[in-house]
Amino acid sequence: MTDALDLKAKLGLDVFKTGGAPHIRIREGQERAPRLRRMPSLCPAGLYSEGDGGAITLTVDGCLECGTCRLVCGPEVLEWDYPEGGAGVQYRYG
Amino acid sequence: MEKFDVIVVGAGLAGLAAAHALADRGVECLVLERGDYPGSKNVTGGRIYVNPVRDLFPDLWPDAPLERFIVHEGVTLMAKERSVSFGYSGDELRTAPHQSYSVLRARFDRWLAERVEEKGAMLLTKTLVTDVLREGGRVAGVVAGGDELRADVVVAADGVLSLTAERAGLHPPLTPREYAVGVKEVIALPAEKIADRFQLTGNEGAARLFVGAATAGLFGGGFLYTNRESVSLGLVIGIAEFLEQDPPRDLPVLMEDFKRRPEIAPLIRDGVTVEYAAHMIPEGGFRGLQPLYGDGMLVVGDAAGFALNLGFTVRGMEYALASGYYAAQAILKAREAGDYGAETLAEYGRLLQESFVLKDFQSFQAAPAFVKNPRFFGHYPEFMGRLLRDIHAVPGGPKDRLYPTLRGHLHLRELWSMFKDFREVTKL
Repeated sequence: MTDALDLKAKLGLDVFKTGGAPHIRIREGQERAPRLRRMPSLCPAGLYSEGDGGAITLTVDGCLECGTCRLVCGPEVLEWDYPEGGAGVQYRYG
Repeated sequence: MEKFDVIVVGAGLAGLAAAHALADRGVECLVLERGDYPGSKNVTGGRIYVNPVRDLFPDLWPDAPLERFIVHEGVTLMAKERSVSFGYSGDELRTAPHQSYSVLRARFDRWLAERVEEKGAMLLTKTLVTDVLREGGRVAGVVAGGDELRADVVVAADGVLSLTAERAGLHPPLTPREYAVGVKEVIALPAEKIADRFQLTGNEGAARLFVGAATAGLFGGGFLYTNRESVSLGLVIGIAEFLEQDPPRDLPVLMEDFKRRPEIAPLIRDGVTVEYAAHMIPEGGFRGLQPLYGDGMLVVGDAAGFALNLGFTVRGMEYALASGYYAAQAILKAREAGDYGAETLAEYGRLLQESFVLKDFQSFQAAPAFVKNPRFFGHYPEFMGRLLRDIHAVPGGPKDRLYPTLRGHLHLRELWSMFKDFREVTKL
């Protein structure tokens, strides 16, 4: 198995509840921000990827809500809030 | 419009501790938790040291759903191709009252929240706080689920990022230098296998730390804690150090590589990963602490930066519990005065100052600089590995004399560097 599949499988073990709009969004025009470009290797859930021309895209499903991208990129680059109440990851062990 | 005596944002250890102590004294207290249940958003490595907080919550500990009491402490210097380990155990660790326990937060926090509700506090789950209400320059409540909820005082217990403290203007922007990111797998294993693999009896537990190649030589480390029927295995890496690494590696890949290490793989063989978690950890020590109070607000637990890494001991949860407890004491005093301004709430800072919390942070002010020495993560694991390799090696021909072998490693330049590194210990 590739590491990307390992990670998908691991995230598949967690309980996620759906609800609300995506709680993290890359602000328009910030897709190539240098800090954002560090996220594909750093995000524990592998939710950031680099597309053609270095633009970063984000899939928020599987977010573990650790906050690392908020810390690294700041609110200027990411529109960031927690998922709405009762949504998102629900740790059963923690 | 709803008005409460106290609103606590976040049902983690710090928030629940505050609510427990307040409800115990009859203060009307609302705890807001964004997760499905208390603990559902909370992650530890993890181990809790009970001694410092045993007397603050005397009735809690006998029935607390902790995992195993730790009787084996192991540290492994992990080089790329070899490792050197040492362990410590002792009767003092096997004798009750036990000093530390492994713990899983979803179970523990949920249980603690039930105790808090029994005391009379009100808990509202699935409720995200989206803003802070301000009136005349002071915090007057929060906005949650579209409703304005007012209170005399708000306790920001919403964890390491604390958007609540940030919205109240109490959190300056966080810097990568003062935080680490942790990833963890909970790996289910039958209790008998855990007992055999870690040489444990009954409810004894083991803790292991791994320094060096586990984090590709970056500040941080690997950890393993035995729970009743699982092990918690993970990595913690300094965020600034991770961003500076060259060539860049992927954090999830480092975790997979760690699991495949020969020191780890046999310990988790046949284990089934049941959960994967990630969390951010304050690593700034005393200088990394956030403002603790403002007009109408107190900041507790991770939100205030209460985590302390001394290399061998990595602590946070007991500081969270104690900070919540002392926040509650300060609120009780403010109620007597009928004033919740920053000057009155400064009592919280004074209580922490007199307690183990700020005493520890002050005693170990130099700890972050010490434990972040890159040589501990790159040089020393490789150095110790090579030294032990040569001591143990038996070649095909005659073996070299021991002393010249040792001197080959411990030459003057090395000794001088070691002296300089370990001289820093005097600051701790």
